[in-house]
Amino acid sequence: MAATLLDVRNLQTQFATRGGVVKAVDDVSWDVMEGETVALVGESGCGKSVSALSIMRLVAEPAGRVVGGQVMFKGRNLLTLSEEEMRHVRGREIAMIFQEPMTSLNPVLTIGRQLTEGLEIHLGRTPPQARVRAAELLAMVGIPDPERRLPQYPHQFSGGMRQRMMIAMALACEPALILADEPTTALDVTIQAQILELMKDLSRRLGVAMLMITHNLGVVARYADRVNVMYAGKIIERGTAREIYADPRHPYTLGLLRSVPRLDEPRKSRLAPIEGQPPDLTRLPPGCSFVPRCAFRVDRCSTERPPLREIGANGATGHVSACWEAERLSREAVAR
Amino acid sequence: MSAPLLEVRNLVKHFQIGRGLVRAVEDVSFSIEKGETLGLVGESGCGKTTTGRCILQLERPTSGEVIFEGRELTKLGQRDLRAVRRKMQVIFQDPYSSLNPRMTVGQIVAEPLSVHGLVRGAGARAARVKDLLTRVGLLPRHAQRYPHEMSGGQRQRVGIARALAMEPTLIVCDEPVSALDVSIQAQIINLLEDLQAEFGLTYLFIAHDLAVVRHISDRVAVMYLGKIAEMADRKSIYDAPRHPYTKALLSAVPIPDPELEIQRERIVLGGEVPSPLNPPSGCVFHPRCPIAIERCRTDVPLLTDLTPGHSAACHLASV
Repeated sequence: MAATLLDVRNLQTQFATRGGVVKAVDDVSWDVMEGETVALVGESGCGKSVSALSIMRLVAEPAGRVVGGQVMFKGRNLLTLSEEEMRHVRGREIAMIFQEPMTSLNPVLTIGRQLTEGLEIHLGRTPPQARVRAAELLAMVGIPDPERRLPQYPHQFSGGMRQRMMIAMALACEPALILADEPTTALDVTIQAQILELMKDLSRRLGVAMLMITHNLGVVARYADRVNVMYAGKIIERGTAREIYADPRHPYTLGLLRSVPRLDEPRKSRLAPIEGQPPDLTRLPPGCSFVPRCAFRVDRCSTERPPLREIGANGATGHVSACWEAERLSREAVAR
Repeated sequence: MSAPLLEVRNLVKHFQIGRGLVRAVEDVSFSIEKGETLGLVGESGCGKTTTGRCILQLERPTSGEVIFEGRELTKLGQRDLRAVRRKMQVIFQDPYSSLNPRMTVGQIVAEPLSVHGLVRGAGARAARVKDLLTRVGLLPRHAQRYPHEMSGGQRQRVGIARALAMEPTLIVCDEPVSALDVSIQAQIINLLEDLQAEFGLTYLFIAHDLAVVRHISDRVAVMYLGKIAEMADRKSIYDAPRHPYTKALLSAVPIPDPELEIQRERIVLGGEVPSPLNPPSGCVFHPRCPIAIERCRTDVPLLTDLTPGHSAACHLASV
């Protein structure tokens, strides 16, 4: 059994806004094993990106602040490291890939320089060594003719190529974990497929663990070992990919799966949306945050917040749901 | 058979950029019957949005004809166009940038009513605005709100109400749900379908999401680099695609089911979409095509009927 690489415990991140305090990440716990691919799925504002930023200690202060919890990585709590120590973690041990490569690459530095910088700073490579390695990295992510590409600038790369470049940068220092925040959302379908296959292949070959943050449940089905579904700052369901897709036990997960048209199924005459609006994080209802939109709600849901609890018949399967009515959501409900 | 509501004939749109020529739309022809939904799919830069804008005459085509309700639009002057435009409306992808942030929802929906003189008198207009808001699933009191006070899905409903205000026959929906959260997309799609049934609307539905397009369209046209690669009724194009690009697109769509995904063979296309500044010779898809033969480099394949109503532009599609 693989060891735990990242263990996020009771993480709480808040933002002060004019409308009041937003609990963007509200007492959330999850982990990633060595070499594992874990997905964090949810819609805009659910706290998935803020979770990643909190781990990297990149939440924009003073409006945003991590106010509680621990982020244990290789036995150390990242939240208590000095800024100096944290700089050795970022890029070197945990790397990030963002949605929009154009805004996360430096437009006035060459591709080569952006790759060699980390190699020189983190790994102490000499400039000639770093250059050789940079070309290797570009080749590894499938960029043809790397020697000719190194002196070029990001604007000379297409969207797909830029995302390959981001992956090369993330892999440069051989990190143990990559946080990928919507890595393919800005890309076309055919390019998306290329990039996801590449990421899967590289993470297997190099044994890198991956946290995939996405709003698209479809994207992670093929790639994730475990899936965490977030809603309004909380994890509302977690399980293996198989459990989440075949036997969803939270009405929100079920709603997400049902509301999207699917190419592998006969066309439905009508889609089944999740009714209502996304939650206003400054005015969450007491009890379960999903209550106003939930088709399965009972009286208790409006007053008592359901904790994440095991739903497997014999317990300890790791499939957990924060729903009082999780037992009702059996396979029959899915087929309905 | 009656004439189609919209007919696009040999539409071409080129943009001059510096010394280069962007061939955004190259000889595109199709028609849409009244009450029908034609889905126009393709990846970014394939020309689907430009095609929509040329139909609306927001871009003047380089050549070709756009015949709407029996009138050829490309030669019409601004004054004549204005009357026609009322009948053809557009819903944009981004409800954030297509609504004026300084106007209330009520003003946004009422503006076209007064500009086109459709409803006279402030009281009558207010009543019509309330009626429109209710029809798109908002509440009359939303008329007092500003766009920033609403969620993305609500804003898209405002955009739809504004389009409906003109009592159009054709609505060009340009990626109307792709900026919305997954849980809201289905709400908007259902709304568009309800309105179509209620008002007999005709849609040109431009999108990159093939599953959404299958759901809403009667017929589908797949575009690649300014050209239609394949066009057919919904069932044929999804069950029996004939163009290798359509096949690759369909296979690239992720399916939310790990067990199915593991068994699924995925056609991963090599390379990238070439630049429309310098499109490849012969078949524009040949550099990425998994089955290209020598002929594809040199001969341009024409969009030809394989079966009635199902056409593809591929030398190998009929084999």
